[in-house]
Amino acid sequence: MTDHELALKAVALRRRMLQLIHDAGAGHTGGGLSCLDILTVLYHRVLRISPETCTDSGRDRYVQSKGHCVEALYAVMSDRGYFPDADLDTLCHYRSPYVGHPTRKIRGMEMNTGALGHGLPICVGMALAARMDGADFRVFTLLGDGELAEGSNWEAAMAAAHYRLDNLVAILDHNALQITGSTRDVMSNEPLEEKWRAFGWEVRRVDGHDYAALTAALMTPPPAGKPLLVLADTVKGKGVSFMENVGKWHHGVPSDAELAQALAELAATETRLKEAIA
Amino acid sequence: MFSPAAKLQLEALKLTKGRANLEEFADTLQALATADRSIVAVTSDSRGSGKLGPFGKALPKQIVEVGIAEQNLVGITAGLAACGKKAFGVSPSCFLTARSLEQIKNDLCYSNVPGVLVGISAGVSYGALGSTHHSLHDLAVLRAIHNIIILVPADNFETREAIRFAATATRPVFVRFGKAAMHHLHPPGTSFVMGRAITLREGSDVAFIANGETVVHAVLAAAQLATEGIRARVLSLHTVKPLDTAAILAAGRECRAVITVEEHMVAGGVGEAVASTLLTAGLAPRFQRVGFPDEDTVTGAQADLFRHYGLSMEGLAATARDLLASRPGQ
Repeated sequence: MTDHELALKAVALRRRMLQLIHDAGAGHTGGGLSCLDILTVLYHRVLRISPETCTDSGRDRYVQSKGHCVEALYAVMSDRGYFPDADLDTLCHYRSPYVGHPTRKIRGMEMNTGALGHGLPICVGMALAARMDGADFRVFTLLGDGELAEGSNWEAAMAAAHYRLDNLVAILDHNALQITGSTRDVMSNEPLEEKWRAFGWEVRRVDGHDYAALTAALMTPPPAGKPLLVLADTVKGKGVSFMENVGKWHHGVPSDAELAQALAELAATETRLKEAIA
Repeated sequence: MFSPAAKLQLEALKLTKGRANLEEFADTLQALATADRSIVAVTSDSRGSGKLGPFGKALPKQIVEVGIAEQNLVGITAGLAACGKKAFGVSPSCFLTARSLEQIKNDLCYSNVPGVLVGISAGVSYGALGSTHHSLHDLAVLRAIHNIIILVPADNFETREAIRFAATATRPVFVRFGKAAMHHLHPPGTSFVMGRAITLREGSDVAFIANGETVVHAVLAAAQLATEGIRARVLSLHTVKPLDTAAILAAGRECRAVITVEEHMVAGGVGEAVASTLLTAGLAPRFQRVGFPDEDTVTGAQADLFRHYGLSMEGLAATARDLLASRPGQ
């Protein structure tokens, strides 16, 4: 799939994600939009998994540590055929397996996440298991920048470097906003690149909405023995003008009118993309 | 650990001294891991405390050291287990079940990943080190989490069997024991079944329902009471979850009094589990819980604390006498 095709795909996925959150009356809109391009690249270009192979022992593992952005993941995975899209109409309904955070009851989900600071330690364990078995699968996790205040991330960052886990990739969805406001104001985490490098990681900083840059960062092997952090600069609410960089959309649910406006904007984006190629 | 009178009773019962359950655990795990290369021990600078030094030397590729980082210990254990390893996370119970409780709840139990957690030096094993090092809360907090099997073995045999069971479990397991040398309580041929209490003595006047390192004291108290014509039943309730409700209800129906005995705070522990089982079934025998009260724990070694809080032969026998002398409902 070309970058242009991925861009069109991402527009469709953003629409589906917004519709899901609107219909469910709950969800994490801003962060879902900020990580959607990352997820699109992961599931279309990077992860060695498919609906048919998602229980094979040699599959790549993806654990979404920022589990609250599950609606974006649901949209991407249903589009890839892990489960019927119509199932998502039950999101957050009574007795639906599609709850507001990932669970292993859903085909293709590796772990139940939602409490922050859990994904990276789990992935260290998975990467160690691959090493012990001489398996060549890679292990990926997606972290939020607000999430980095959880100390368990740094326990795991230390362990990953100690064990020279070059089969481990953490992607940081660096949208610089969290529920209370700017991450800089809530609990500053800069300088991020230096911190991760000091912990012994290979750090690659990219535009988190640039498919080619994300692909290159994720697919180019890190130096031997180094775990890889892809520091993806993103825009919270990306793709919808009135949601971009606005804190209230962390878990804001669009009204009927807001949804209509957002979908219209995305339709216009789609038209522009199609014209650009023509 | 034992008064002179208790030592005489040990001799009379021909209860021989074994070793610490901790050592039994370490040897059992090493034997299992030698035969099954998917078994991995995970330690948080707890290799020495867990007696896993020989394991580490013999099977260096099957041990993961995470440093002093219990949250990471449980997360890594879950990640290993999710990728097909039989992972045993080993750490003092005081840290393991408090600092990393959320990892236990989510990464193992909610995710339904069959990792094993081994809470070493549990209860007041660390005695005089103080309450930072006591785990009098661990059974209460884990009882309230869905999808975990909780094992509290009493002696070397139960510890060996608990670890063997854990290695085959398809759900998360928590095993908890101390580091004092234990007496052998079971005759050869005893069978250990997860979820099934073991009856160590029959009796119908009073039932001691105990587990872990307190069981031997209940056995001694029962023997002491026998000399006074009081027939005491002793159950080793080695599985706290799932609870053996049949054995508890039988004790409640067949005995005039029930006494629970635990190296744990009485709030949320085995005593409350037993009481709720009895009451729910409409049974109300005379009842007493012996354990640690909700107070600033007195200082001292494990033996001092057991004596202070009545977890000794003398203390348990006195509780039984008082309870039987009381009128029902008082």
